Amino acid sequence: MEIFCKFAALIIIHSLFIMNIHEYQAKQILKSYGVAIQEGIVAESAEAAVEAAKTIQTQSGSDWVVVKAQIHAGGRGKGKTINSNQKGVAVAKNLDDVKTIAQNLIGDTLVTIQTGEKGKLVSKVLVAQDVFYPGASEPKEYYMSVLLDRATSKNVIIYTTEGGMDIEEVAEHTPEKIHREWVNPTIGFQAFQARKIAFNLGLSGTAQKEMEKFVTALYRAYDETDSAMFEINPVLKTSDDKIIAVDAKVDLDENALYRHKDYALLRDESEEDPTEVEAKKFNLNYVKLDGNVGCMVNGAGLAMATMDIIKLSGGEPANFLDVGGTANAETVEAGFKIILSDPNVKAILINIFGGIVRCDRVAQGVVDAYKKLGNINVPIIVRLQGTNAVEAKKLIDESGLEVKSAILLKEAAELVKTVLA
Amino acid sequence: MSVLVDKNSKVIVQGFTGKEGTFHASQMIEYGTNVVGGVTPGKGGSLHPDLNKPIFNTVQEAVKATSANVSIIFVPPAFAADAILEAADAGIAVIVCITEGIPTKDMIKVKDYLSDKSCTLIGPNCPGVMTPGGAKVGIMPGFIFNPGRIGIVSKSGTLTYEAVDQITKAGLGQSTAIGIGGDPIIGTSTKQAVEMLMNDPDTDGIIMIGEIGGGMEAEAARWIQAHGTKPVVGFIAGQTAPAGRRMGHAGAIVGGKDDTAAAKMAIMRECGIHVVESPAEIGAKMLEVLGAKAKA
Repeated sequence: MEIFCKFAALIIIHSLFIMNIHEYQAKQILKSYGVAIQEGIVAESAEAAVEAAKTIQTQSGSDWVVVKAQIHAGGRGKGKTINSNQKGVAVAKNLDDVKTIAQNLIGDTLVTIQTGEKGKLVSKVLVAQDVFYPGASEPKEYYMSVLLDRATSKNVIIYTTEGGMDIEEVAEHTPEKIHREWVNPTIGFQAFQARKIAFNLGLSGTAQKEMEKFVTALYRAYDETDSAMFEINPVLKTSDDKIIAVDAKVDLDENALYRHKDYALLRDESEEDPTEVEAKKFNLNYVKLDGNVGCMVNGAGLAMATMDIIKLSGGEPANFLDVGGTANAETVEAGFKIILSDPNVKAILINIFGGIVRCDRVAQGVVDAYKKLGNINVPIIVRLQGTNAVEAKKLIDESGLEVKSAILLKEAAELVKTVLA
Repeated sequence: MSVLVDKNSKVIVQGFTGKEGTFHASQMIEYGTNVVGGVTPGKGGSLHPDLNKPIFNTVQEAVKATSANVSIIFVPPAFAADAILEAADAGIAVIVCITEGIPTKDMIKVKDYLSDKSCTLIGPNCPGVMTPGGAKVGIMPGFIFNPGRIGIVSKSGTLTYEAVDQITKAGLGQSTAIGIGGDPIIGTSTKQAVEMLMNDPDTDGIIMIGEIGGGMEAEAARWIQAHGTKPVVGFIAGQTAPAGRRMGHAGAIVGGKDDTAAAKMAIMRECGIHVVESPAEIGAKMLEVLGAKAKA
């Protein structure tokens, strides 16, 4: 079960280590590796959407097209926009429909189960072919994903006949319907595995062969793009036995982007939190949260532990902020600015355990930033421990600034309690 | 005694002449670690200009000339996986990889290659291994340590320092501190590190520090329940981390309900581990559970 838990989280991940891309970009990557996809054209205006629809109509020979909002979040089919109450994925039966749907979506904010209440602004739509056309056999949806199984340190393909549904629900209620195929790192994905997958999905004849081709191409794409996760939901068997990716979520491993310089262009910063984008410029690892106590820490583990201390002291963490191993006056100042840009922040706790980082330098950074930024009107608690901690405390105590200093973590926790009281 | 490294360890540094390698090698030597040389391809045959130790082109050459049995890697992420493979191929027994940001795909290969080798990989993305008074093979600040009988296992760097400092301030000391690293794929798991310390006659108590994400702490806890012979104090960082967001470490993400700090802490408690809610209480808790033994 463990694998599904992690997997579920990956679906809604935003992070510095995985790069999210849009559905239309994901499909372009898949197509370049020979994975059959639902064809589509991206558009940034209603007029462009209509033009795109004309092309798709000619290609598919059908009047029907599907208009899909392009945002970095799932659940679009069930989500609706705030103003126009438009579903994030909608079928258009003619060009007028395309225009209306595209007009409704572009510029409006789409709220889905994964976006939170604030939703996400839609600036692009994908106009795609209608793939549920009638034919010799019934169309059928499947689910398929590729990701790292941490327990075995191998990639695993997860698949089920229960496509188009919430995979977590399938895992919880009918776990026997979920299949897994691990890939041996030495020999890679093998033909027998592709056959196993096709037959386990109950396919035969042309559809079985097509599925073997699909999954083989899909794994190759995952491997060669250095991806962190692929999720194709649904994989569709069309009424004429083609196997295609109707939706595609591709997360790239940011640590491997140096091998794929062109993928850097796929980043859409408008989909990311602006303060997180700003933090990244200073090499700060920042995640915005909803609490009232800001924190600035060196090291991810200590940063999480500091958030825990804030909670145990009666506050709620306003952020995660790891300044890394190179904290200096400049990064401290940038960190301060980012934390203070959040109006919910009622206090700030700085917790540095100096190893390579010298505490007195950080202290000087705090003093300088404080003076430079002028009227900081929230209490600041500084806990500096490790290399040159005593000198650092002296520096802060003698600066005459309204900064409370501590050496032990316990003292810092007490100070958080005091300032919140 | 101790585990993994001690004063008899012969240590080489891969990425010896780089800025990081040079700085940390000098710190390690200053601490008393027996650094016998290092590897920088293309600079073999000369001496490190600042450290006056031999440079070799390959790990194999270094092992032949110095009988090195421990290697520490400061190679940039694009070349770090290859450096691990080279060390394993040359017969290095303990490989410590400090490098952060190695692509997951590279680590899958490394893990597969090491599966039938007898070497131990610590890391990557870790602060290294420290046996106070014996050897520092990592980037931990030496002065916060005190030789003693508490073993420490942790995914995090600075949180390890925090635990070390609290143990020292509690009047105790450390046998060996092992920073296992925070990546999704690491060489030595929490359970494997705990097992080493459990089998070490010079360790009386163990501190196990984990964080959200993955199943390593639960695995270690169940092993401790079945085989544990020494008190274990545990802490899980990330009680307040929201689901689905990655907290710095690539491996630190809350997935489903079994991945949360609360769930991990509950399993650890069930398995007889002394879990502290606050990271400020790690040292005090160890002192308390060791009781009379701490003073002996």
